[in-house]
Amino acid sequence: MSRPTDKVIDTDVAIIGGGLMGTSAALELRRQQRSVVVLEQGWCGAQASGVNYGGVRRQGRAACQLPLSQRAHAIWRRLGQTIGSDGEYIASGHLKLARSDADMQELIAYRDMATAYGLELELLEPDALRRRYPWIGDKAHGASLCAEDGHANPRLIAAAFARAAEQAGARLLQQSAVEDFRFDGNYFLLQNSRGVRVRSRFLLNCSGAWGKEIAQRFGDTVSEQAIYPNMCVTEPLPPLMSLSLGVVGGAFYARQVERGNVVLGGGRGDGNLALDATRPRTSSSFKALAALTEMVPALRNALVIRTWSGVEGETPDHQPVIGPSAATPGLLHAFGFSGAGFQLAPAVGEVLAELVTKGESSTPIEAFSVKRFAVQQPSKQESKV
Amino acid sequence: MSASPASLQIVIVGAGPAGVRAAQTLAEAGLRPIVIDENRRAGGQIYRQPPPGFVRSKKELYGFEAAKAEALHDSFEQLRAKIDYRPDTLVWNCTPGQLDLLHAQRHAEQPYTHLILCTGALDRVMPFPGWTLPGVYTLGAAQVALKAQGCVLDGRVVVAGSGPLLYLLAYQYAKAGADVVAVLDTARFGGKLRALPALLRQPATFAKGLYFMSWLRAKGVPLFDGVDDIAADGKQTIQSLRWTRGGKTTEIACDALATGFGLRSETQLAELAGCRFVFNELNQQWLPQCDDVGRSSVPGVYLAGDGSGIAGADAAELSGRAAALALLQDLNLPANAAAKAASAEESRRLAQTLRSNLQFRQGLETAFPTAVHWARDCADDLVICRCEEITAGQLRRSVQQEGTVEINRLKALTRVGMGRCQGRICGAAAAEILAHAAGVSVAEAGRLRVQAPVKPIPVGAALAEEEQA
Repeated sequence: MSRPTDKVIDTDVAIIGGGLMGTSAALELRRQQRSVVVLEQGWCGAQASGVNYGGVRRQGRAACQLPLSQRAHAIWRRLGQTIGSDGEYIASGHLKLARSDADMQELIAYRDMATAYGLELELLEPDALRRRYPWIGDKAHGASLCAEDGHANPRLIAAAFARAAEQAGARLLQQSAVEDFRFDGNYFLLQNSRGVRVRSRFLLNCSGAWGKEIAQRFGDTVSEQAIYPNMCVTEPLPPLMSLSLGVVGGAFYARQVERGNVVLGGGRGDGNLALDATRPRTSSSFKALAALTEMVPALRNALVIRTWSGVEGETPDHQPVIGPSAATPGLLHAFGFSGAGFQLAPAVGEVLAELVTKGESSTPIEAFSVKRFAVQQPSKQESKV
Repeated sequence: MSASPASLQIVIVGAGPAGVRAAQTLAEAGLRPIVIDENRRAGGQIYRQPPPGFVRSKKELYGFEAAKAEALHDSFEQLRAKIDYRPDTLVWNCTPGQLDLLHAQRHAEQPYTHLILCTGALDRVMPFPGWTLPGVYTLGAAQVALKAQGCVLDGRVVVAGSGPLLYLLAYQYAKAGADVVAVLDTARFGGKLRALPALLRQPATFAKGLYFMSWLRAKGVPLFDGVDDIAADGKQTIQSLRWTRGGKTTEIACDALATGFGLRSETQLAELAGCRFVFNELNQQWLPQCDDVGRSSVPGVYLAGDGSGIAGADAAELSGRAAALALLQDLNLPANAAAKAASAEESRRLAQTLRSNLQFRQGLETAFPTAVHWARDCADDLVICRCEEITAGQLRRSVQQEGTVEINRLKALTRVGMGRCQGRICGAAAAEILAHAAGVSVAEAGRLRVQAPVKPIPVGAALAEEEQA
């Protein structure tokens, strides 16, 4: 470990993790006049936040996520004002395709549930689907359209949030991992690999796939594993599909960006928690491409120019961990978004800021409590902090 | 021997001078390597063979190098029965123990226990105004047209840039009947004089360069050295080329331009194979780390030829043999003590020759330096990444406004290197602009992380046979 420098940075809130969750929280906290330091082991937004698919989608989310997702939707609509960049956000519509009658029944049931949360979905029978979107192949059995969902460019959005937070006065300490974690009963004291020490009243654990480890250091037990989404992109193609596409069962998801490239995801890559160690898997890429071309036959003649992966954290129930620690006062979690955090991020930032400034969230987050994980004996590491 | 031959899957990627000699060495030892080559016929770029049925003689195709080309091609023909040869096959991905291949638009997988990467090199491209106009080619591409198809670029051809290939190509073109209207060398004669002691380590090679120049002069082809600020003009296609020399601007009408500024190693597969990289000052490029005989940092993965640093075709043949000997030694072959000692002695001599060859290479770099002021002086509106149409100004703005100091970050923020070429063409230039604008060295700017596919692959390759259209 590095030798500590003499200087200690005192701040209201320290945030571990400069991804979308951390930087959107930093931005909102600065708006509420709280001092903020973000500690990031790599570059802000270079992990899952920056390399994910870029779906800005409410459709398909579990009921417990819809209030938060609706709140995020409202922020996305005025994103340009929030972060000074639209990050290629477009409310293109999100079309979830059915490949069987059973799939269609699932879409109908989902529509009935989501209506209660104010999410408007339009169900399309096969004929209507192909009349409206003639590029969809005849193996599609219908679809559910969420007209106001869309997509955005994650590498721009993540960078823009970090920049906006910094411009609003948050201090970003990048390229340096936190190596020492302490809590003295009132204050958190962190030290990074460059020996910089940060003391704060609040600590936000926004560290994605690394969230479990940090939660454990402060006595919270969480089940989380790292996952490596598998992504591909084609060469630029003439405009074909205006919507972000998904399919019941999740075999692929795809969107065409303004420049014409089709970004496609599905399945898993390989990796470990080391930065830059993730690799896409050929079998995953091929399965996703086969599933995509079954629904959009015209794409079978395109060229794939790049594949990639990244590190995300996934929990057993696929719900994130959001909210106060069960063991350490002043510690707030927001991680484990299980591959679906991108759209939620702006609302999560606001919720975290509310928890710091008011002690409660105006949007229900009980389903995401850290307490839901099996209660085990406090970990041995607890005595260290 | 630690592994029985049946369990060995030795794959050589590339059938140029390095790959052929590596395959020959392994075959002589009784092994049967798999040789995968992107070209339809063996020979690599330098000894590229025309398609079957073309009748130009080796002398016409390879000039001074005809005997070497012939020897390599003959060696390969004799090897054919002793190796598993897969021409016309792209290795598009490499993971531990497995290669992903593309042949005839179909995907295939090839496991390996040992890998010798002989992936060669590509022209080093330095963007200049008009470099994306139709009619502008790299020196390498212009040479491929001649060697593979027996054609030259049509009309009035200017040959411009730096490096030994410049005069060679001009000579080959003029000899083949092309209308070479000027040869523009961005290096100065003074630099060549300084490099003389190092260049004289290989007097034959040096003499060939002088021969090309005097031959061209005798044929009335205007040669200019110390040329700067090259710019191509034209509407649909190149129509003229401008340059400055000694403060004076000259313009010449032309129909085609062949241009290049030396070569860059093709290292994508080495990176995907997990090899450790180090920045090489001589090549001004991040290169896979390897020992004197081509062992990379990954056990079982070896490197030979220009893919591990530019050293030319003769060195490639030697390094191909050296890498294959190293592989055999690592398999405890030959087993016989006397033969083992002979193999070790040959490795030692090969390593020595290859080191000496590097000093000649050092001389070439002194003689043909890359224009260092280019990254400082090129205009903001100059397109650096032609696939994504990213300009020098966009790269500089990212440095100035977003504090970018690292090339992968620059890629994420600007899209440079995100297109069809994946940075193979533009990566070097982008790194130079970044380094200059951020005040860091090219080494510190880092290297573009390689992501498969190495070259674009068709979506159709992913589909099972019955799904194919």
